[in-house]
Amino acid sequence: MSMAASTDSQVQATAANPSTHAPPPRRPRRWPWTPYLLSAPGLALFAVLLLVPLVMTFLLSLNSFSFYGGIENVWQIGNYADIIADSYFHEVFLRTFRIAAVVTLLCALFGAPEAYILRRMKSPWRGLCLLIVLGPLLISVVSRTLGWALLFGSTGLVNQGLMAMGLIATPIEFMYTETGVIIALTHVLVPFMVLSVWASLQRLDPQVENAALSLGAGPLTVMRRVVLPQIVPGILSGSIIVFALAASAFATPAIIGGRRLKVAATLAYDEFLNTLNWPLGATVAVLLLIANVVIIVGCNRLVERRYKQVFE
Amino acid sequence: MNRNGPIALIFHVLFLGFLLAPILIVCAVAFTSQGYLSLPTEGLSLRWFRAIGDNPEFIRAFKDSLLLGAVSSTLAILVAVPAALAIARHQFFGREAIQALFLSPLMVPHIVLGIAFLRFFTMIGLGGTFAGLVLSHVIIILPFALRLILAASTGMDRAVENAAASLGASSWTCFRRVTLPLILPGVASGWVLAFINSFDEVTMTVFIASPETTTLPVRLFLYIQDNIDPLVAAVSAVLIFLTVAAMLVLDRVYGLERLLVGKGRD
Repeated sequence: MSMAASTDSQVQATAANPSTHAPPPRRPRRWPWTPYLLSAPGLALFAVLLLVPLVMTFLLSLNSFSFYGGIENVWQIGNYADIIADSYFHEVFLRTFRIAAVVTLLCALFGAPEAYILRRMKSPWRGLCLLIVLGPLLISVVSRTLGWALLFGSTGLVNQGLMAMGLIATPIEFMYTETGVIIALTHVLVPFMVLSVWASLQRLDPQVENAALSLGAGPLTVMRRVVLPQIVPGILSGSIIVFALAASAFATPAIIGGRRLKVAATLAYDEFLNTLNWPLGATVAVLLLIANVVIIVGCNRLVERRYKQVFE
Repeated sequence: MNRNGPIALIFHVLFLGFLLAPILIVCAVAFTSQGYLSLPTEGLSLRWFRAIGDNPEFIRAFKDSLLLGAVSSTLAILVAVPAALAIARHQFFGREAIQALFLSPLMVPHIVLGIAFLRFFTMIGLGGTFAGLVLSHVIIILPFALRLILAASTGMDRAVENAAASLGASSWTCFRRVTLPLILPGVASGWVLAFINSFDEVTMTVFIASPETTTLPVRLFLYIQDNIDPLVAAVSAVLIFLTVAAMLVLDRVYGLERLLVGKGRD
Protein backbone atom coordinates (compact mmCIF):
# COMPACT_ATOMS: atom_id res chain seq x y z
CA MET A 1 0.00 0.00 0.00
CA SER A 2 2.91 2.23 0.76
CA MET A 3 4.14 1.45 -2.45
CA ALA A 4 0.86 2.47 -4.00
CA ALA A 5 0.86 5.84 -2.37
CA SER A 6 4.43 6.83 -3.06
CA THR A 7 5.20 5.22 -6.38
CA ASP A 8 1.90 6.13 -7.94
CA SER A 9 2.71 9.78 -7.98
CA GLN A 10 6.16 8.97 -9.28
CA VAL A 11 4.89 6.81 -12.08
CA GLN A 12 2.42 9.46 -13.08
CA ALA A 13 5.06 12.14 -12.84
CA THR A 14 7.36 10.27 -15.19
CA ALA A 15 4.50 9.54 -17.53
CA ALA A 16 3.53 13.20 -17.60
CA ASN A 17 6.90 14.57 -18.60
CA PRO A 18 8.39 12.33 -21.26
CA SER A 19 12.08 11.67 -20.82
CA THR A 20 14.51 13.60 -22.93
CA HIS A 21 15.37 10.88 -25.42
CA ALA A 22 11.82 9.66 -25.99
CA PRO A 23 10.16 10.51 -29.28
CA PRO A 24 7.61 13.33 -29.28
CA PRO A 25 4.38 12.12 -27.66
CA ARG A 26 2.19 12.79 -30.69
CA ARG A 27 2.60 9.84 -32.98
CA PRO A 28 0.08 8.51 -35.43
CA ARG A 29 -2.06 5.78 -33.86
CA ARG A 30 -2.88 3.01 -36.19
CA TRP A 31 -5.71 1.77 -34.08
CA PRO A 32 -7.35 3.50 -31.15
CA TRP A 33 -8.55 0.25 -29.56
CA THR A 34 -5.09 -1.15 -28.83
CA PRO A 35 -4.88 -0.01 -25.17
CA TYR A 36 -8.35 -1.35 -24.43
CA LEU A 37 -7.54 -4.68 -26.03
CA LEU A 38 -4.31 -4.89 -24.04
CA SER A 39 -6.02 -4.25 -20.74
CA ALA A 40 -9.11 -6.33 -21.57
CA PRO A 41 -7.95 -9.57 -19.87
CA GLY A 42 -7.19 -7.69 -16.67
CA LEU A 43 -10.43 -5.73 -16.82
CA ALA A 44 -12.50 -8.88 -17.31
CA LEU A 45 -10.67 -10.60 -14.45
CA PHE A 46 -11.14 -7.67 -12.08
CA ALA A 47 -14.79 -7.15 -13.01
CA VAL A 48 -15.68 -10.80 -12.33
CA LEU A 49 -13.34 -11.51 -9.43
CA LEU A 50 -13.13 -8.21 -7.58
CA LEU A 51 -16.15 -6.04 -8.27
CA VAL A 52 -18.76 -8.82 -8.28
CA PRO A 53 -17.61 -10.40 -4.98
CA LEU A 54 -17.41 -6.98 -3.28
CA VAL A 55 -20.89 -6.00 -4.46
CA MET A 56 -22.16 -9.41 -3.30
CA THR A 57 -20.61 -8.83 0.12
CA PHE A 58 -22.44 -5.52 0.37
CA LEU A 59 -25.72 -7.21 -0.59
CA LEU A 60 -25.03 -9.97 1.94
CA SER A 61 -24.64 -7.34 4.65
CA LEU A 62 -28.24 -6.30 3.99
CA ASN A 63 -29.59 -9.83 4.55
CA SER A 64 -30.86 -10.93 7.91
CA PHE A 65 -29.80 -13.95 9.92
CA SER A 66 -31.42 -16.13 12.52
CA PHE A 67 -29.99 -19.16 14.29
CA TYR A 68 -32.78 -21.44 13.07
CA GLY A 69 -33.60 -20.00 9.66
CA GLY A 70 -30.05 -19.15 8.57
CA ILE A 71 -29.53 -16.37 6.06
CA GLU A 72 -32.76 -14.80 4.81
CA ASN A 73 -32.94 -13.01 1.51
CA VAL A 74 -34.47 -9.78 2.69
CA TRP A 75 -33.10 -6.32 2.10
CA GLN A 76 -32.79 -4.22 5.21
CA ILE A 77 -30.21 -2.24 7.11
CA GLY A 78 -30.82 -3.99 10.42
CA ASN A 79 -27.23 -5.21 10.71
CA TYR A 80 -25.88 -1.69 10.41
CA ALA A 81 -28.42 -0.48 12.97
CA ASP A 82 -27.37 -3.32 15.31
CA ILE A 83 -23.73 -2.36 15.10
CA ILE A 84 -24.46 1.33 15.61
CA ALA A 85 -26.68 0.62 18.61
CA ASP A 86 -24.57 -2.05 20.36
CA SER A 87 -21.86 -0.89 22.74
CA TYR A 88 -19.97 -4.18 22.26
CA PHE A 89 -19.29 -3.27 18.63
CA HIS A 90 -18.41 0.31 19.60
CA GLU A 91 -15.81 -1.09 21.94
CA VAL A 92 -14.32 -3.36 19.24
CA PHE A 93 -14.15 -0.60 16.60
CA LEU A 94 -12.81 1.91 19.12
CA ARG A 95 -10.13 -0.56 20.21
CA THR A 96 -9.22 -1.23 16.57
CA PHE A 97 -8.68 2.44 15.81
CA ARG A 98 -6.93 3.11 19.12
CA ILE A 99 -4.44 0.31 18.43
CA ALA A 100 -3.96 1.55 14.85
CA ALA A 101 -3.36 5.12 16.02
CA VAL A 102 -0.80 4.16 18.67
CA VAL A 103 0.99 1.81 16.24
CA THR A 104 1.14 4.59 13.63
CA LEU A 105 2.57 7.01 16.17
CA LEU A 106 5.21 4.52 17.33
CA CYS A 107 6.17 3.66 13.75
CA ALA A 108 6.61 7.34 12.90
CA LEU A 109 8.56 7.97 16.11
CA PHE A 110 11.02 5.11 15.51
CA GLY A 111 10.87 4.53 11.75
CA ALA A 112 11.57 8.07 10.57
CA PRO A 113 14.79 8.60 12.62
CA GLU A 114 15.94 5.11 11.61
CA ALA A 115 15.53 5.95 7.91
CA TYR A 116 17.55 9.14 8.43
CA ILE A 117 20.29 7.27 10.31
CA LEU A 118 20.39 4.63 7.57
CA ARG A 119 20.90 7.27 4.90
CA ARG A 120 23.85 8.72 6.76
CA MET A 121 25.61 5.36 7.02
CA LYS A 122 28.54 4.37 4.83
CA SER A 123 28.34 1.91 1.99
CA PRO A 124 28.88 -1.64 3.27
CA TRP A 125 27.01 -1.06 6.53
CA ARG A 126 24.15 0.73 4.90
CA GLY A 127 23.29 -2.15 2.58
CA LEU A 128 23.50 -4.69 5.39
CA CYS A 129 21.35 -2.65 7.77
CA LEU A 130 18.81 -1.93 5.06
CA LEU A 131 18.59 -5.67 4.49
CA ILE A 132 17.91 -6.24 8.20
CA VAL A 133 15.25 -3.51 8.28
CA LEU A 134 13.44 -4.45 5.07
CA GLY A 135 14.00 -8.21 5.27
CA PRO A 136 11.24 -8.84 7.84
CA LEU A 137 8.74 -7.61 5.23
CA LEU A 138 9.42 -10.79 3.27
CA ILE A 139 9.18 -13.14 6.24
CA SER A 140 5.72 -14.52 6.88
CA VAL A 141 3.77 -12.43 9.37
CA VAL A 142 2.74 -15.62 11.17
CA SER A 143 6.38 -16.50 11.91
CA ARG A 144 7.12 -12.97 13.12
CA THR A 145 4.09 -12.90 15.39
CA LEU A 146 4.99 -16.35 16.70
CA GLY A 147 8.33 -14.82 17.74
CA TRP A 148 6.51 -12.21 19.82
CA ALA A 149 4.25 -14.84 21.35
CA LEU A 150 7.41 -16.72 22.41
CA LEU A 151 9.06 -13.57 23.76
CA PHE A 152 5.96 -12.49 25.69
CA GLY A 153 4.67 -15.83 26.83
CA SER A 154 6.37 -19.16 27.25
CA THR A 155 9.98 -18.03 27.56
CA GLY A 156 9.00 -14.70 29.12
CA LEU A 157 12.26 -13.25 27.88
CA VAL A 158 10.89 -9.69 27.68
CA ASN A 159 9.76 -9.67 31.30
CA GLN A 160 12.97 -11.35 32.50
CA GLY A 161 15.01 -8.72 30.69
CA LEU A 162 12.96 -5.82 32.00
CA MET A 163 13.16 -7.14 35.56
CA ALA A 164 16.90 -7.80 35.30
CA MET A 165 17.38 -4.18 34.22
CA GLY A 166 15.34 -3.11 37.23
CA LEU A 167 12.76 -1.37 35.06
CA ILE A 168 9.80 -3.28 36.46
CA ALA A 169 9.24 -5.13 39.72
CA THR A 170 6.51 -7.56 38.67
CA PRO A 171 6.00 -9.15 35.23
CA ILE A 172 3.81 -7.23 32.78
CA GLU A 173 1.06 -9.19 31.04
CA PHE A 174 1.69 -8.92 27.29
CA MET A 175 -0.24 -11.87 25.89
CA TYR A 176 -3.93 -11.14 25.26
CA THR A 177 -3.45 -7.43 25.99
CA GLU A 178 -3.50 -4.30 23.86
CA THR A 179 0.10 -3.55 24.82
CA GLY A 180 1.22 -6.87 23.37
CA VAL A 181 -0.76 -6.39 20.15
CA ILE A 182 0.63 -2.85 19.76
CA ILE A 183 4.25 -3.97 20.19
CA ALA A 184 3.91 -6.88 17.74
CA LEU A 185 2.04 -4.78 15.16
CA THR A 186 4.64 -2.01 15.40
CA HIS A 187 7.27 -4.64 14.64
CA VAL A 188 5.31 -5.94 11.67
CA LEU A 189 4.58 -2.51 10.17
CA VAL A 190 7.57 -0.29 10.99
CA PRO A 191 9.50 -1.35 7.83
CA PHE A 192 6.76 0.32 5.76
CA MET A 193 7.45 3.60 7.55
CA VAL A 194 11.20 3.29 7.03
CA LEU A 195 10.59 2.57 3.32
CA SER A 196 8.32 5.56 2.90
CA VAL A 197 10.66 8.01 4.66
CA TRP A 198 13.62 6.46 2.86
CA ALA A 199 11.94 7.18 -0.48
CA SER A 200 11.41 10.83 0.45
CA LEU A 201 15.02 11.11 1.68
CA GLN A 202 16.24 10.03 -1.75
CA ARG A 203 15.11 13.39 -3.05
CA LEU A 204 17.00 15.31 -0.38
CA ASP A 205 20.46 16.44 -1.53
CA PRO A 206 22.95 15.99 1.37
CA GLN A 207 24.76 19.09 0.11
CA VAL A 208 21.79 21.22 1.20
CA GLU A 209 22.44 20.20 4.79
CA ASN A 210 26.12 21.02 4.38
CA ALA A 211 25.19 24.39 2.91
CA ALA A 212 23.01 25.17 5.93
CA LEU A 213 25.80 24.06 8.30
CA SER A 214 28.40 26.17 6.52
CA LEU A 215 26.08 29.17 6.73
CA GLY A 216 26.15 28.82 10.51
CA ALA A 217 23.02 26.80 11.28
CA GLY A 218 23.31 24.46 14.26
CA PRO A 219 22.52 20.76 13.85
CA LEU A 220 19.11 21.22 15.46
CA THR A 221 18.21 24.07 13.14
CA VAL A 222 19.30 21.99 10.14
CA MET A 223 17.10 19.16 11.34
CA ARG A 224 14.10 21.41 11.93
CA ARG A 225 14.38 23.77 8.97
CA VAL A 226 15.98 21.61 6.27
CA VAL A 227 15.53 17.88 6.86
CA LEU A 228 12.13 17.69 8.54
CA PRO A 229 10.19 19.73 5.95
CA GLN A 230 11.52 17.39 3.27
CA ILE A 231 10.62 14.13 4.98
CA VAL A 232 7.25 15.12 6.45
CA PRO A 233 5.42 13.99 3.28
CA GLY A 234 7.21 10.64 3.57
CA ILE A 235 6.18 10.33 7.22
CA LEU A 236 2.60 11.23 6.35
CA SER A 237 2.24 8.79 3.47
CA GLY A 238 3.96 6.14 5.60
CA SER A 239 1.46 6.88 8.38
CA ILE A 240 -1.48 6.38 6.02
CA ILE A 241 -0.19 2.95 5.01
CA VAL A 242 0.66 1.89 8.56
CA PHE A 243 -2.67 3.07 9.93
CA ALA A 244 -4.67 1.33 7.19
CA LEU A 245 -2.73 -1.92 7.59
CA ALA A 246 -2.91 -1.78 11.39
CA ALA A 247 -6.65 -1.12 11.40
CA SER A 248 -7.31 -4.12 9.16
CA ALA A 249 -4.60 -6.40 10.60
CA PHE A 250 -5.76 -9.91 11.32
CA ALA A 251 -3.09 -12.53 12.02
CA THR A 252 -1.18 -10.56 14.66
CA PRO A 253 -4.20 -9.51 16.78
CA ALA A 254 -5.60 -13.03 16.39
CA ILE A 255 -2.45 -14.68 17.77
CA ILE A 256 -1.39 -12.10 20.39
CA GLY A 257 -4.85 -10.81 21.30
CA GLY A 258 -6.50 -14.19 21.22
CA ARG A 259 -10.25 -14.62 21.34
CA ARG A 260 -10.61 -12.32 24.32
CA LEU A 261 -9.20 -9.14 22.80
CA LYS A 262 -11.18 -8.65 19.60
CA VAL A 263 -10.49 -6.12 16.85
CA ALA A 264 -12.62 -5.47 13.75
CA ALA A 265 -10.88 -8.07 11.59
CA THR A 266 -10.98 -10.86 14.18
CA LEU A 267 -14.61 -9.97 14.92
CA ALA A 268 -15.54 -10.40 11.26
CA TYR A 269 -13.62 -13.71 11.19
CA ASP A 270 -15.47 -15.04 14.22
CA GLU A 271 -18.87 -14.00 12.89
CA PHE A 272 -18.08 -15.74 9.63
CA LEU A 273 -16.40 -18.95 10.68
CA ASN A 274 -17.55 -19.54 14.27
CA THR A 275 -20.95 -17.91 14.82
CA LEU A 276 -21.76 -18.40 11.12
CA ASN A 277 -23.67 -15.10 11.10
CA TRP A 278 -22.46 -14.22 7.60
CA PRO A 279 -24.61 -11.10 7.15
CA LEU A 280 -23.22 -9.55 10.34
CA GLY A 281 -19.65 -10.52 9.40
CA ALA A 282 -20.20 -8.97 5.97
CA THR A 283 -21.48 -5.79 7.65
CA VAL A 284 -18.31 -5.50 9.74
CA ALA A 285 -16.27 -6.09 6.57
CA VAL A 286 -18.15 -3.42 4.61
CA LEU A 287 -17.66 -0.89 7.43
CA LEU A 288 -13.96 -1.74 7.61
CA LEU A 289 -13.61 -1.37 3.85
CA ILE A 290 -15.38 2.00 3.81
CA ALA A 291 -13.27 3.30 6.71
CA ASN A 292 -10.12 2.10 4.99
CA VAL A 293 -10.89 3.64 1.61
CA VAL A 294 -12.02 6.94 3.16
CA ILE A 295 -8.85 7.17 5.24
CA ILE A 296 -6.45 6.23 2.42
CA VAL A 297 -8.03 8.31 -0.33
CA GLY A 298 -8.90 11.24 1.93
CA CYS A 299 -5.49 11.47 3.61
CA ASN A 300 -3.64 10.98 0.33
CA ARG A 301 -5.57 13.89 -1.17
CA LEU A 302 -4.79 16.08 1.83
CA VAL A 303 -1.10 15.19 1.88
CA GLU A 304 -0.71 15.70 -1.85
CA ARG A 305 -2.46 19.05 -1.80
CA ARG A 306 -0.53 20.30 1.19
CA TYR A 307 2.86 19.18 -0.11
CA LYS A 308 2.31 19.64 -3.80
CA GLN A 309 5.66 21.29 -4.42
CA VAL A 310 7.53 18.46 -2.67
CA PHE A 311 5.87 15.77 -4.75
CA GLU A 312 6.57 17.50 -8.05
CA MET B 1 30.72 15.38 7.00
CA ASN B 2 27.33 13.88 7.78
CA ARG B 3 27.96 11.24 10.40
CA ASN B 4 25.80 9.58 12.97
CA GLY B 5 26.53 10.57 16.54
CA PRO B 6 26.73 8.09 19.43
CA ILE B 7 23.09 8.58 20.39
CA ALA B 8 22.02 7.85 16.82
CA LEU B 9 24.13 4.69 16.78
CA ILE B 10 22.70 3.47 20.09
CA PHE B 11 19.18 4.09 18.74
CA HIS B 12 20.12 2.25 15.57
CA VAL B 13 21.43 -0.82 17.45
CA LEU B 14 18.31 -0.93 19.64
CA PHE B 15 16.10 -0.61 16.57
CA LEU B 16 17.83 -3.49 14.79
CA GLY B 17 17.64 -5.53 18.00
CA PHE B 18 13.90 -4.91 18.17
CA LEU B 19 13.49 -6.04 14.56
CA LEU B 20 15.64 -9.15 14.95
CA ALA B 21 14.54 -10.32 18.41
CA PRO B 22 11.34 -12.20 17.51
CA ILE B 23 12.94 -13.75 14.42
CA LEU B 24 15.98 -14.94 16.36
CA ILE B 25 13.91 -16.36 19.21
CA VAL B 26 11.89 -18.50 16.80
CA CYS B 27 15.11 -19.93 15.37
CA ALA B 28 16.55 -20.47 18.87
CA VAL B 29 13.51 -22.24 20.30
CA ALA B 30 13.42 -24.52 17.25
CA PHE B 31 16.76 -26.02 18.35
CA THR B 32 15.59 -26.93 21.86
CA SER B 33 16.14 -30.49 23.04
CA GLN B 34 13.21 -30.35 25.45
CA GLY B 35 9.69 -31.50 24.78
CA TYR B 36 8.26 -28.10 25.61
CA LEU B 37 8.93 -24.48 24.62
CA SER B 38 12.29 -23.41 25.97
CA LEU B 39 15.58 -21.92 24.91
CA PRO B 40 18.21 -24.52 23.96
CA THR B 41 20.20 -24.08 27.18
CA GLU B 42 21.22 -27.75 27.40
CA GLY B 43 22.73 -28.15 23.98
CA LEU B 44 21.27 -27.92 20.50
CA SER B 45 19.03 -30.58 19.11
CA LEU B 46 17.48 -31.21 15.72
CA ARG B 47 14.65 -33.36 17.05
CA TRP B 48 11.96 -30.80 16.23
CA PHE B 49 13.21 -30.43 12.68
CA ARG B 50 13.01 -34.22 12.34
CA ALA B 51 9.50 -34.04 13.80
CA ILE B 52 8.38 -31.97 10.80
CA GLY B 53 8.86 -35.12 8.73
CA ASP B 54 6.28 -36.93 10.90
CA ASN B 55 3.70 -34.24 10.14
CA PRO B 56 3.10 -34.61 6.41
CA GLU B 57 0.39 -31.93 6.47
CA PHE B 58 3.07 -29.25 6.88
CA ILE B 59 5.07 -30.66 3.95
CA ARG B 60 1.94 -30.84 1.80
CA ALA B 61 0.95 -27.28 2.72
CA PHE B 62 4.45 -26.11 1.83
CA LYS B 63 4.24 -27.76 -1.60
CA ASP B 64 0.77 -26.28 -2.14
CA SER B 65 2.09 -22.84 -1.19
CA LEU B 66 4.95 -23.11 -3.68
CA LEU B 67 2.67 -24.28 -6.47
CA LEU B 68 0.05 -21.64 -5.67
CA GLY B 69 2.68 -18.89 -5.65
CA ALA B 70 4.21 -20.03 -8.93
CA VAL B 71 0.92 -20.46 -10.81
CA SER B 72 -0.72 -17.28 -9.55
CA SER B 73 2.30 -15.04 -10.13
CA THR B 74 2.73 -16.41 -13.64
CA LEU B 75 -0.93 -15.71 -14.39
CA ALA B 76 -0.64 -12.25 -12.82
CA ILE B 77 2.35 -11.47 -15.07
CA LEU B 78 0.49 -12.65 -18.18
CA VAL B 79 -2.33 -10.22 -17.37
CA ALA B 80 -0.13 -7.41 -16.06
CA VAL B 81 2.32 -7.11 -18.98
CA PRO B 82 -0.20 -6.08 -21.65
CA ALA B 83 -2.05 -3.89 -19.14
CA ALA B 84 1.17 -2.15 -18.12
CA LEU B 85 2.11 -1.56 -21.76
CA ALA B 86 -1.32 -0.06 -22.43
CA ILE B 87 -1.11 2.25 -19.41
CA ALA B 88 2.53 3.22 -19.87
CA ARG B 89 2.52 4.10 -23.54
CA HIS B 90 -0.97 4.99 -24.68
CA GLN B 91 -3.06 8.04 -23.96
CA PHE B 92 -6.65 6.89 -23.91
CA PHE B 93 -9.97 7.60 -22.31
CA GLY B 94 -10.23 5.98 -18.89
CA ARG B 95 -6.49 5.34 -18.55
CA GLU B 96 -6.30 6.66 -14.99
CA ALA B 97 -9.45 4.79 -13.96
CA ILE B 98 -8.09 1.52 -15.34
CA GLN B 99 -4.81 1.99 -13.51
CA ALA B 100 -6.66 2.81 -10.29
CA LEU B 101 -8.78 -0.32 -10.68
CA PHE B 102 -5.73 -2.54 -11.15
CA LEU B 103 -4.06 -1.03 -8.06
CA SER B 104 -7.25 -1.03 -5.96
CA PRO B 105 -6.69 -4.44 -4.27
CA LEU B 106 -3.95 -2.67 -2.29
CA MET B 107 -6.64 -0.57 -0.62
CA VAL B 108 -9.05 -3.37 0.23
CA PRO B 109 -8.30 -5.08 3.56
CA HIS B 110 -7.51 -8.74 2.98
CA ILE B 111 -10.09 -9.76 5.56
CA VAL B 112 -12.74 -8.12 3.35
CA LEU B 113 -11.45 -9.94 0.27
CA GLY B 114 -11.46 -13.21 2.19
CA ILE B 115 -15.11 -12.75 3.13
CA ALA B 116 -16.04 -11.64 -0.38
CA PHE B 117 -14.30 -14.61 -2.03
CA LEU B 118 -15.66 -17.14 0.46
CA ARG B 119 -19.21 -16.13 -0.41
CA PHE B 120 -18.53 -15.81 -4.16
CA PHE B 121 -16.64 -19.09 -4.55
CA THR B 122 -19.23 -21.00 -2.52
CA MET B 123 -21.92 -19.74 -4.88
CA ILE B 124 -20.13 -20.55 -8.13
CA GLY B 125 -18.87 -23.92 -6.88
CA LEU B 126 -15.19 -23.04 -6.50
CA GLY B 127 -15.29 -23.16 -2.70
CA GLY B 128 -12.21 -24.78 -1.19
CA THR B 129 -10.64 -25.57 -4.57
CA PHE B 130 -7.12 -24.87 -5.74
CA ALA B 131 -8.52 -22.90 -8.71
CA GLY B 132 -10.31 -20.57 -6.31
CA LEU B 133 -7.09 -19.98 -4.38
CA VAL B 134 -5.21 -19.21 -7.60
CA LEU B 135 -7.83 -16.75 -8.87
CA SER B 136 -8.04 -14.88 -5.58
CA HIS B 137 -4.26 -14.68 -5.29
CA VAL B 138 -3.95 -13.33 -8.84
CA ILE B 139 -6.18 -10.41 -7.81
CA ILE B 140 -4.18 -9.46 -4.71
CA ILE B 141 -0.69 -9.86 -6.22
CA LEU B 142 -1.39 -8.22 -9.56
CA PRO B 143 -0.84 -4.64 -8.26
CA PHE B 144 2.67 -5.53 -7.08
CA ALA B 145 3.61 -7.03 -10.44
CA LEU B 146 1.92 -4.24 -12.37
CA ARG B 147 3.80 -1.47 -10.58
CA LEU B 148 7.23 -2.89 -11.31
CA ILE B 149 6.40 -3.64 -14.95
CA LEU B 150 4.88 -0.18 -15.28
CA ALA B 151 8.07 1.42 -13.96
CA ALA B 152 10.15 -0.65 -16.40
CA SER B 153 8.03 0.18 -19.44
CA THR B 154 7.75 3.90 -18.64
CA GLY B 155 11.50 4.24 -18.37
CA MET B 156 12.14 2.39 -21.62
CA ASP B 157 13.62 4.05 -24.70
CA ARG B 158 11.00 3.78 -27.44
CA ALA B 159 13.33 4.80 -30.25
CA VAL B 160 14.56 1.20 -30.33
CA GLU B 161 11.05 -0.05 -31.05
CA ASN B 162 10.56 2.53 -33.76
CA ALA B 163 13.84 1.43 -35.30
CA ALA B 164 12.71 -2.20 -35.27
CA ALA B 165 9.37 -1.28 -36.80
CA SER B 166 10.97 0.84 -39.50
CA LEU B 167 13.24 -2.07 -40.36
CA GLY B 168 10.16 -4.14 -41.09
CA ALA B 169 9.54 -6.06 -37.86
CA SER B 170 5.94 -6.97 -37.25
CA SER B 171 4.42 -5.75 -34.00
CA TRP B 172 4.62 -9.25 -32.51
CA THR B 173 8.29 -9.64 -33.48
CA CYS B 174 8.89 -6.15 -32.16
CA PHE B 175 7.34 -7.09 -28.81
CA ARG B 176 9.10 -10.45 -28.55
CA ARG B 177 12.56 -9.38 -29.70
CA VAL B 178 12.78 -5.74 -28.58
CA THR B 179 10.20 -4.70 -25.97
CA LEU B 180 10.10 -7.84 -23.84
CA PRO B 181 13.88 -8.14 -23.39
CA LEU B 182 14.01 -4.47 -22.40
CA ILE B 183 11.29 -4.73 -19.74
CA LEU B 184 12.37 -8.21 -18.62
CA PRO B 185 14.09 -7.04 -15.40
CA GLY B 186 10.83 -5.38 -14.36
CA VAL B 187 8.83 -8.46 -15.33
CA ALA B 188 11.16 -10.82 -13.46
CA SER B 189 11.18 -8.74 -10.29
CA GLY B 190 7.42 -8.30 -10.59
CA TRP B 191 7.09 -12.08 -10.67
CA VAL B 192 9.29 -12.46 -7.59
CA LEU B 193 7.44 -9.81 -5.60
CA ALA B 194 4.11 -11.35 -6.62
CA PHE B 195 5.34 -14.80 -5.59
CA ILE B 196 6.47 -13.55 -2.17
CA ASN B 197 3.17 -11.80 -1.58
CA SER B 198 1.22 -14.88 -2.57
CA PHE B 199 3.42 -17.15 -0.45
CA ASP B 200 3.07 -14.98 2.67
CA GLU B 201 -0.66 -14.25 2.38
CA VAL B 202 -2.64 -15.58 5.31
CA THR B 203 -5.59 -13.29 6.15
CA MET B 204 -7.53 -13.80 2.93
CA THR B 205 -6.43 -17.39 2.36
CA VAL B 206 -7.64 -18.55 5.77
CA PHE B 207 -11.20 -17.96 4.54
CA ILE B 208 -10.96 -19.79 1.23
CA ALA B 209 -8.54 -22.60 2.00
CA SER B 210 -9.99 -26.00 2.82
CA PRO B 211 -8.39 -28.74 4.90
CA GLU B 212 -7.43 -30.50 1.65
CA THR B 213 -5.93 -27.47 -0.10
CA THR B 214 -4.25 -25.10 2.25
CA THR B 215 -1.09 -23.02 2.38
CA LEU B 216 1.75 -23.21 4.85
CA PRO B 217 1.07 -19.83 6.57
CA VAL B 218 -2.59 -20.79 7.02
CA ARG B 219 -1.65 -24.21 8.38
CA LEU B 220 0.78 -22.53 10.79
CA PHE B 221 -1.76 -19.92 11.82
CA LEU B 222 -4.48 -22.45 12.60
CA TYR B 223 -1.98 -24.64 14.47
CA ILE B 224 -0.75 -21.69 16.57
CA GLN B 225 -4.33 -20.76 17.46
CA ASP B 226 -4.69 -24.15 19.15
CA ASN B 227 -1.30 -24.51 20.74
CA ILE B 228 2.25 -23.24 20.44
CA ASP B 229 4.93 -25.91 20.66
CA PRO B 230 8.53 -26.30 19.44
CA LEU B 231 7.20 -27.95 16.26
CA VAL B 232 5.71 -24.69 14.91
CA ALA B 233 8.91 -22.93 15.91
CA ALA B 234 10.85 -25.46 13.81
CA VAL B 235 8.53 -25.05 10.81
CA SER B 236 8.75 -21.26 11.16
CA ALA B 237 12.52 -21.46 11.45
CA VAL B 238 12.75 -23.44 8.19
CA LEU B 239 10.53 -20.83 6.57
CA ILE B 240 12.77 -18.05 7.90
CA PHE B 241 15.96 -19.75 6.66
CA LEU B 242 14.48 -20.19 3.20
CA THR B 243 13.25 -16.58 3.08
CA VAL B 244 16.63 -15.23 4.17
CA ALA B 245 18.39 -17.34 1.54
CA ALA B 246 16.00 -16.12 -1.16
CA MET B 247 16.44 -12.56 0.10
CA LEU B 248 20.23 -12.68 -0.15
CA VAL B 249 20.04 -14.00 -3.72
CA LEU B 250 17.46 -11.37 -4.59
CA ASP B 251 19.54 -8.60 -3.09
CA ARG B 252 22.60 -9.69 -5.09
CA VAL B 253 20.72 -10.06 -8.36
CA TYR B 254 18.28 -7.18 -8.25
CA GLY B 255 18.64 -5.09 -5.09
CA LEU B 256 16.13 -5.43 -2.27
CA GLU B 257 15.64 -1.71 -1.94
CA ARG B 258 14.81 -1.41 -5.61
CA LEU B 259 12.36 -4.28 -5.39
CA LEU B 260 10.53 -2.90 -2.34
CA VAL B 261 10.69 0.83 -2.99
CA GLY B 262 9.36 -0.12 -6.38
CA LYS B 263 11.37 2.04 -8.70
CA GLY B 264 14.34 1.39 -10.93
CA ARG B 265 17.75 2.75 -10.14
CA ASP B 266 18.11 4.22 -13.62
